[in-house]
Order: sequence, then structure tokens, then C-alpha cells
Amino acid sequence: MDSNKNTAVISVIGKDRVGIIAGVATLLSQNDININDISQTILDGIFTMIMMVDLKDNVIENSDIVEKLNALGEELGVTITIQHTDLFDRMHRI
Amino acid sequence: MITDYEILETMKMFNEQHLDIRTITMGISLMDCAASSVDECCNKIYDKIVRYAHDLVATGEAISKKYGVPIINKRISVTPIAIVAAACDTSDYTPFAKTLDRAAKECGVNFVGGFSALVQKGYTNSDMKLINSIPEALASTDFVCSSINLASTRTGINMDAVGDMGRIIKKTAELTADRDALGCAKLVVFANAPEDNPFMAGAFLGPGEPECVINVGISGPGVVKHALESVRGADLGTVAETIKKAAFKITRVGELVAREASERLHVPFGIIDLSLAPTPAVGDSVARLLEEFGLETCGTWGTTAALAMLNDAVKKGGIMASSYVGGLSGAFIPVSEDEGMIAAAASGSLRLEKLEAMTCVCSVGLDMIAIPGDTTAETISGIIADEMALGTFNNKTTAVRLIPVPGKTVGDEVQFGGLLGYAPIMEVNKASCADFIHRGGRIPAPIHSMRN
Repeated sequence: MDSNKNTAVISVIGKDRVGIIAGVATLLSQNDININDISQTILDGIFTMIMMVDLKDNVIENSDIVEKLNALGEELGVTITIQHTDLFDRMHRI
Repeated sequence: MITDYEILETMKMFNEQHLDIRTITMGISLMDCAASSVDECCNKIYDKIVRYAHDLVATGEAISKKYGVPIINKRISVTPIAIVAAACDTSDYTPFAKTLDRAAKECGVNFVGGFSALVQKGYTNSDMKLINSIPEALASTDFVCSSINLASTRTGINMDAVGDMGRIIKKTAELTADRDALGCAKLVVFANAPEDNPFMAGAFLGPGEPECVINVGISGPGVVKHALESVRGADLGTVAETIKKAAFKITRVGELVAREASERLHVPFGIIDLSLAPTPAVGDSVARLLEEFGLETCGTWGTTAALAMLNDAVKKGGIMASSYVGGLSGAFIPVSEDEGMIAAAASGSLRLEKLEAMTCVCSVGLDMIAIPGDTTAETISGIIADEMALGTFNNKTTAVRLIPVPGKTVGDEVQFGGLLGYAPIMEVNKASCADFIHRGGRIPAPIHSMRN
């Protein structure tokens, strides 16, 4: 593919509550995924967090990281998605 | 660096606006499966399809997971069976359809296209056998799709075949009457059929195509509609620009998926088909997108102009996003598969004649339209002839997929389920065209086909 970086975007959208960042960060560290950048805003009471992460040797489709993030999202009452960065580069850059 | 805005925009496209990859279609050449024995030919077909496509579904799912992009269908298209089976010593081609069905089920795909013949200039013996086998083949299989190319700008229109297909469509409807003529939803006739189309029911792998190839069909009417909502009241130049930008982004997702699938499966990448393909889900409708232009209901005056502009802008945006654009590429206007079309047809605003006009500027043709079961074979052939003329004389692809539902008439509704949706039965002009159809022969190629 275009880039050799194995990075991904994790987005968390939902109602704000205590422990969202802590929950996601803990899960990522347990799975050897490093957080490169993090930003968050609250728009109309909707909590939006975007994390840029380094997957290192993890391969999204061969690991259970998607399932783990989904389960955590359910527990926290938010929607969590992980998508390889190549998708955004392809869609938004010529 | 990608901005938060771009990330959120992307998230919304997938989560709220139904953006998806509609299909990854693997084209497989069956040219080397010819044999004089039916059993031997069928065994070769089955083995080859399963050998090439056994990883297709798993690969599609892995890519879907990596990018968080829904990939709705994984499908297979093959060399037209009328070519593959020509050497076989049989007049019934149903066993080949059953073999394709079995192979599709083994691979886990949901459709296989290619029970097809290319007869734009005339029939071979094998073409004739295939066409006569269509009703039984579609009635006795679940996943097989059939397509016949009846006309082209270079050759004109094979009116004998147009006449025959009216009868074949009627018979297919009768044999699947217990399922509201579902067989007809898997049967399409073309003018200027593209040989690399990934969408069903018209997918087949043309004789000029490689051994094996990956073609990808994208979707996304919801994304374009959402983009237009942000420019309400603006002039049409702004609308065209907005559609182009949305089409660009959608196509890039398709290209990413196509290239990755091609790499993982070690199969060359063919084309992206950048069609706006609707589904019956609310928010995924081409009709509603046309209404966003400022039309009260799809089918009213202005609909054809809006569709022409939409179709053109989608192509312009998509062409910029991928060097290999092919297939049908434009806006689909199936009735039963589009919530807004269904509503417009049910309200009486959208009529068959208006749909015909719209097919002059959309990417395909009269698609998934349920008509009364008592419509004669000649009238169906007449509708096909008109549509073939539009394609042949305007140098574009057109198609017809009509469903004459036995026992049902105008005012009734028919349910196909899933992506095929549901539809009101539409009124058909009953004045006879039988004498015209019975003339037979060929309509000569138009003068502008002489381009050498």
C-alpha cells in the first residue's frame, strides 16, 4: 500500500462519562499499541475523542482488537472504531 | 496529517450515510474448461472456480475489518457459459447453472454471474441452447445470474433475440411464480454490455478479459445526498462541484479496497465501478438524492435533467480518483431496490415512460420493475426493443430487468426481500406492438458506429 506506517485512527463517540480515556488507554497498552496523538472535544454534549495509534506489529484483522474495543465501547456506552490510517490518506489526499 | 474534521466526516459516511463497498467481484475465465462431455466440463468449471475463489470471502472480510469499511457482497463472474459449453454434446444447459450454483455456495459468495450469451449480431447454436435453458436454470438455482447482450452500437439490434427474450422472461416468471417471479430478478438483457461489470445480475467476464481479475463496485447515494444537503439553494454549478468531491472520496475507498484485495489474492486489479447503487434502506436512495436537487417527487419534470447532471458529476469525480474506472459507472435507478423510487412509483409520480427517459442519462436502464403478470411476451419485447435502441443509438449501456409477476396487477405489491427489495406493480401501455416484434431480423447499426 501507499505507506509503510502501521498506524490507525481510533475514534470514540458517545455520551461523556468518567473513565473513557482511561479505559481505552488501558486496553491499548495491554495490547502493545502505542498512542501517538490524542484529541478530544465535546460537541452538544457528545463526547468525541480521536486517537492516532501505532499498531507496531499488530495486524488489525488478525488480532481481536476490534472485538475488544467493541466490548469496551458497550461497557462505556460509547461507539469505538479502529481504522487503518491508509483509508484516511486515500480518501482525503490526492 | 489528517484533520479531526476529515476523520469525523469519514466516520459519518460509514455510520450514518450508508457508505459501503457494494461488491468485490472476482472474474474467472472458464475458457479452458471446455470439454465434449457435460460432466467433464462441469467438473472443470467447479474445480476452477473453487480453486481461484476459495479465499475471496475471507479476504473481503479481513479488508473490511482493517479499514472499518463494510463490504456487502463478495461475488464471482465467469466467461459466458454459451462460449464455455459450446463444445458439449447436449441441448440442455441447466447442469452448467447448477454447477455454478454449487461452486458459489462452496465459496460462500452470494451471486455468480455469467449464465450469459453475447448475441448482438446473431445466434450460435450454443447461444440458442443457453437462452432456451434460462427459465429452468434460474428456477432450479439460487445464486446464478443470467445476462444476454442483445445489441451494440457497432452491430445494431438483434430483433430475433429481442423477440425470444420476451418469451423467455415470461417463462422464467411462470417457473418461479411461487416466489413472485424471483427468477426474473436474476435475468437482465443489455445493449453495449460492459465486459468487466462487477454488479449483478449483469456481471460476466468478457472474452477480452484476463484469466482472473478483481473488479470492485462501490456505492454511496447517501453520502452524495448528505453533501448536497450542505449546499441547499446554491446554484447548479456548486451542486456539480459538491457531487464530484463526494464521488472522489467514495471512489478512493473503492480503489484502496480493490488494490488490497488484488494484492492479497495475487490476482490483477481490473476496474472500479463507481456506480451509485441504492438499497431499500432509508437514506440509501438515488430517488431521494434527486429530490434533494429541488424536486417534490422523483419522476416529476426536471428529474431527467437532475439525473443527467448527477450521473456526469459522479463520473467526473470518480475518474479523478482512479485511473481504472469501468463497468457501468454512474447512477443506478432500480425501482424495487430504492426506497424513494418505490414511494414515487406508488404515488403515481414515477411512471414507466419517465423511467425510460431517465435511462437515456443514467448508467443502466429499466431495472427491477414489476409489471402485471398478464403483460404479453410481445409487449415485454417491445419495451426491450425501445431500451436497446436508446443504448445502441446513444452509444451507451442500457439494460432491462422486468418482472412480470404472475397473478398480480396494477395496485398490487411484490416482495423480493433483502437487497432486491419490494415494488408496486407498474402500469404498462397495452396497445399492441406484436406485428413489429414478429418482423424479426436486425435493426442496422446507427451511422455514427462507422468510426473507422
